[in-house]
Amino acid sequence: MKVLVPVKRVLDYNVKPRVKPDQSGMDLANLKMAMNPFCEIAVEEAVRLKEKGVATEVVAVSIGPQQAQETIRTALAMGADRGILVQTDADVEPLEVAKLLKAVVEAEQPKLVVMGKQAIDGDNNAVGQMLSALLDWPQATFASKIEVAGETVKVTREVDGGLQTLELDLPAVITADLRLNEPRYASLPNIMKAKKKPIDVKSTGDYGVDTAGRLKVLKVSEPPKRTAGVKVENAAELVNKLKTEAGVL
Amino acid sequence: MAVLVVADHDNASLKDNTHKTVTAAKAISGDVDVLVAGQGVSGVAAEAAKIEGVRKVLVAESDQLGKSIAEAEAATVLGLMGNYDAVLVPATSAGKNFAPRVAAKLDSAPISEIVDVVDANTFVRPIYAGNALETVQSSDAKKVITVRATAFKAAGEGGSAAIEKVDAGAGAPKTRFVSEEIVKSTRPELAAAKIVVSGGRAMGSAEEFQRVIEPLADKLGAAVGASRAAVDAGYAPNDYQVGQTGKVVAPQLYVAVGISGAIQHLAGMKDSKVIVAINKDADAPIFQVADYGLVADYKSAVPELMEALTAAGK
Repeated sequence: MKVLVPVKRVLDYNVKPRVKPDQSGMDLANLKMAMNPFCEIAVEEAVRLKEKGVATEVVAVSIGPQQAQETIRTALAMGADRGILVQTDADVEPLEVAKLLKAVVEAEQPKLVVMGKQAIDGDNNAVGQMLSALLDWPQATFASKIEVAGETVKVTREVDGGLQTLELDLPAVITADLRLNEPRYASLPNIMKAKKKPIDVKSTGDYGVDTAGRLKVLKVSEPPKRTAGVKVENAAELVNKLKTEAGVL
Repeated sequence: MAVLVVADHDNASLKDNTHKTVTAAKAISGDVDVLVAGQGVSGVAAEAAKIEGVRKVLVAESDQLGKSIAEAEAATVLGLMGNYDAVLVPATSAGKNFAPRVAAKLDSAPISEIVDVVDANTFVRPIYAGNALETVQSSDAKKVITVRATAFKAAGEGGSAAIEKVDAGAGAPKTRFVSEEIVKSTRPELAAAKIVVSGGRAMGSAEEFQRVIEPLADKLGAAVGASRAAVDAGYAPNDYQVGQTGKVVAPQLYVAVGISGAIQHLAGMKDSKVIVAINKDADAPIFQVADYGLVADYKSAVPELMEALTAAGK
């Protein structure tokens, strides 16, 4: 069974994002970029499926600039077998990403797509669901446990109020939540090995997907800042202030 | 143009997120209908009919809708979109689960978690864990929008909309419900509570979390939340998580106990009216957003707080 894992290059989780002074977008110049944390979890799960003998091949695909090759290399160092970069400098929207991924799925014919539930830059939480809809494949989002059994997969999902378990016919699309697994760190030998693994470079035009965009970003601004309040000495003072000053008790 | 709002409910009762999403919808159009999709939802539909300013309530029922199966919910909504220019869905995990499917099928770019309606085509939404606000203008004829309910006031009651049955649409033959484990609680719902008490990694164990956080929450009539670190460590169940990828809350009072205040946690609670932080590390980032900070070990501070609340008649 082939597993396809889409991965996104985003601003590193630990770096504080900055808005450009002219409000035209985010200022990412010279900042550290990394693989989206949810994508890492998806890669880890796919590699574990391979280690269990369930998956035969893990293909990592990224849509983005030339530097997204580094993100694919990270996936290869974690254990993916090969990569595909759909290279574009355009700011691709989730719908376009879903269309491009659909085209990649049609070319690659995987039995399972495992991907992060959301990217921590756009925070859309939409591509997995849209890919599933475009392919007419079943979906299970926000997965915290995945068990493949023959032609079906059982997925436990984090939902409002607790957990839900679904069974899907394969092929299917699954999106990973935080507690699906803890991604490994790639070892130095595996990082070296990853350099020799193949990455196919494609363009959006190869898949005939228009990336003109439907959403026009009018501006990107900083949210109103909260300022630090006061320190209280003890619990009694706190309760007094909440009662008389804040009026919330 | 007419707008469809998809109700948030658990088949038994309507959630406040619906009222707030109706407010967002009214900023787009005067013609707002509400869809209640579920199983055994006549009570929910009757509640939805009372929301002020709702034109009519549509009811679709099937077993799969009762279990919030995304493919089934999207099919129901798609069957109705001939009559609407936009569909607004509360950005709950159930809403986020199916709304993008509707967008993909309509070939429309989804607009996620809006916090403001500028005009019928222009919306504001947080990106980068709320570190930036993006104003986007949509050129799609039919819009699919999820709504961060905490950013909108709840629509009032007093309406008496007509209730109409609609087709549930095609089911999802390739997806089967197996089981669910829903955490039962007598406390207020996290997303709608007026007061939230959250615990962090400092608790050190699930037992300690329950011993410290839960009695304080009960004393305040509050919902219980947790930081991602506490949930990851197994101290609290997943649906307690407040943050970028968990629940976003904006209560009147948010009490953070032993929470350092990582960016992703702040993203989920910084719109609370009043924030209280109890942490023994005076340099913890949580104090930068807290209205009232108490630098103390929770082990002594929480019992003292319980006593002070009792003394204050709580």
